[in-house]
Amino acid sequence: MRCSAEMTPLKQPGYLILTSPKWRSALARLRSRPDERPGGRGILLVTAGLLFLGMAFFISFRAVSYFKAVPEIGPLLAAKLLGMAFLAFMSILLLSNLVTALSTFFLARDLDLLVAAPLDWGRFYLTKLGETIVHSSWMVILLAVPLLTAYGVAWDGGPLFPLVAAAALIPLCVIPGVIGVAVTVLLVNIFPARRTRDLLGLVTIFAAAGLVLLLRLLRPEQLAGPEGFQSLIDFIAVLQTPSHPLLPSEWSSAMIMNWLTRVGDPLPIALLWSTAGTLVVFGAIIHQRLFTEGFARAQEGADTASRGASWSGSLIRFVPGLTPMRREFILKDLRIFFRDSTQWSQLILLGVLVAVYLFNIRALPLFTGEEVPIFLVTLIVFLNQGLAGFVIAAVAARFIFPSVSLEGRQLWLLRSSPLDPRAMLRSKYLVGVLPLLILALILTITTNTLLQASMFMMAVSVATVVAFTLAVGGLALGIGTLFPQYDSENAAQIPTSFGGLIFMLLAIALLGAVIVLEAIPVMEYLDGLRFTGEGTVSRRGWLMFAAAALLAALAGIVPMRRAVRQLEKLEA
Amino acid sequence: MIRLSQVHKSYGRFEAVKRLDLVIPAGELFGFLGPNGAGKTTTLRMIAGILAPTGGTIEIGGIDIASDPIGAKSRLGYIPDRPFVYDKLTGAEFLRFTAALFGQDGPEVETRIDELLELFELRRWKNELTESYSHGMRQKLIISSAFVHRPEVVVVDEPMVGLDPRSARVLRTLFRRFVERGGTILMSTHTLEIVEGWCDRIGIIREGELAACGTMEELRQEAASEGAGLEDLFLRLTGEHSEPDLDAVLG
Repeated sequence: MRCSAEMTPLKQPGYLILTSPKWRSALARLRSRPDERPGGRGILLVTAGLLFLGMAFFISFRAVSYFKAVPEIGPLLAAKLLGMAFLAFMSILLLSNLVTALSTFFLARDLDLLVAAPLDWGRFYLTKLGETIVHSSWMVILLAVPLLTAYGVAWDGGPLFPLVAAAALIPLCVIPGVIGVAVTVLLVNIFPARRTRDLLGLVTIFAAAGLVLLLRLLRPEQLAGPEGFQSLIDFIAVLQTPSHPLLPSEWSSAMIMNWLTRVGDPLPIALLWSTAGTLVVFGAIIHQRLFTEGFARAQEGADTASRGASWSGSLIRFVPGLTPMRREFILKDLRIFFRDSTQWSQLILLGVLVAVYLFNIRALPLFTGEEVPIFLVTLIVFLNQGLAGFVIAAVAARFIFPSVSLEGRQLWLLRSSPLDPRAMLRSKYLVGVLPLLILALILTITTNTLLQASMFMMAVSVATVVAFTLAVGGLALGIGTLFPQYDSENAAQIPTSFGGLIFMLLAIALLGAVIVLEAIPVMEYLDGLRFTGEGTVSRRGWLMFAAAALLAALAGIVPMRRAVRQLEKLEA
Repeated sequence: MIRLSQVHKSYGRFEAVKRLDLVIPAGELFGFLGPNGAGKTTTLRMIAGILAPTGGTIEIGGIDIASDPIGAKSRLGYIPDRPFVYDKLTGAEFLRFTAALFGQDGPEVETRIDELLELFELRRWKNELTESYSHGMRQKLIISSAFVHRPEVVVVDEPMVGLDPRSARVLRTLFRRFVERGGTILMSTHTLEIVEGWCDRIGIIREGELAACGTMEELRQEAASEGAGLEDLFLRLTGEHSEPDLDAVLG
């Protein structure tokens, strides 16, 4: 007796259909909504994108042309540069694929639907692998395009060069993708997925921090100054160091340089594509054996213990004058930040970037050789304000800008309670700006001390950075509220939105305006030092300082006021 | 007390709610029924102050929510249909935060938090992050949050999703005691037995308009269907009594 109906082979859906929710959603996001003025956002994004690509191309082209012009070792230097760039790309891709794979294979919202469907495992693997690679690689490809175009133009790569470049880049994206997915599947089989996410987040941050430190400590600027080496042999030896014949990044770079220098060597392309193909097969086997069990484990409960930020609770209760509403709001934001490893771990990266920044300032050859005029030192101190301001703006974009958007799923509670939007914004401002101010003061005072700045310049820098930080905090919170991303669950993605771009543009414009205004009294002071030996500032100079302070105040207050109005009429 | 006068809500040309007039006095549990997309949730979200009406006025406890939103909302507890809470807060922290949004804190709030968590059998999960809570546990936490500040009016959108039978009974008793002590509840649900068994009056909304309103007996009279159950009345009053061709659907 037969107890089951005869099974006919099931027709599997095509890859276009399987990926349609993703690409259709992306297309829908690109279309402007009917209530928006068409074009404005698109034009701004395209202009900013083209500007960025143009600048990246210009810088790359200058560097490649410079290296190409070096007699004898020009091609070697250019190949080295490309190899280093590809090695950096591959490291970034490996890290980003690790994190993305966890989300696409184990935590994504569409997984219940796909896993419950009678979908062939191979098709599932290739669909999700493709999704992981596209998500992880698009930004790296965007960076690679101007660099490779510069190589193509400088070496006259011909009309087929884009195809060669694509053939070199595709396996370079596939290989870290397959490795990232395989490692993630293995990790999820060992740890629960949510703990793996914490673990991966930390690994990624530490690895990224390590990479930044490594690249900085390698002092790549030495490549541009061979006079520091004892002999040409030493220099060429340094050019060889990070290379390894088994690194796919080296094969990609060799493939491109072979084409550009008209060398007919098929080995790099054969190695690249055969390795990528073999890895996809091995990755598929690992997926077939381990995915089902890993996915089941990923459905297990999350880390339940409440931890972290208990110190903040005891600390904040002693702060006088806080209403219960404001105190609990601040406490809530602190708890969520320090319990979410995807958020607090960013502090590690921030710490490394600050260390690299201080290292760079310390490495400036101002006090090591010949005496540098005080004019130049003061100029560097003054311009350092701009650099510190940019760092502060970037940190505000990452930590303050998303804070209102992150309330998205809980807006029902905030909107239905008698919470005054002003109180909410003030609490968020306080939580965001205080640590930012501490960071700004540490950066400014330390770098100015390293640069041996005068008392006048120290005072100007400290006052400027305090005013700018207070302003940029309000600007970040205000623009973040005016251009919210309430659907986003990932705080790190929110600053990459259209609103994030607007914020960065406004912050940089403010920084530029403040520096231009302050340049007048600083120049007066320097002229005084140069010609009379005594630095003084005229009434006009003090007026410029006042104008800069007024501008900063307006830049902080106006967006906050508009944000309050936006929250008052918000429909969640 | 909840009072809606000529409340309407439009999205472009689409009118989700059309000139709605409704008064729910203190001490009443009012059931709100209607087919999907009839305008129930939109009405509830306008009362909760989440959506702004295109026209008309909404009063909570005699306070106009448009002219004094903070005063009106301080009397309100809202239970949404989707239980989104802060994943990285514990249950107790979430309730403490909600109470603080209503300007309340201190030992009295702590006692209330313990009582509510005990009532819904969440006491042992009090200090666990809500990301580990099940759907039903989150729903119970949100119900607790609507009562933690001692509101006068509670607006509820689909309260039964994910609740086990014991919690459903607790909720019924809680709602009943609340209205007996002078509170007002407006509850939207698709579970007809709950509306029939729990509510003092029932309103049926269809295409943004109140199609019928009254006690079960009054609805029966209006539909001229003596002895009919709420399901028949609902289908008759919403004009959805035609049987679909299931054979064609099932193949």
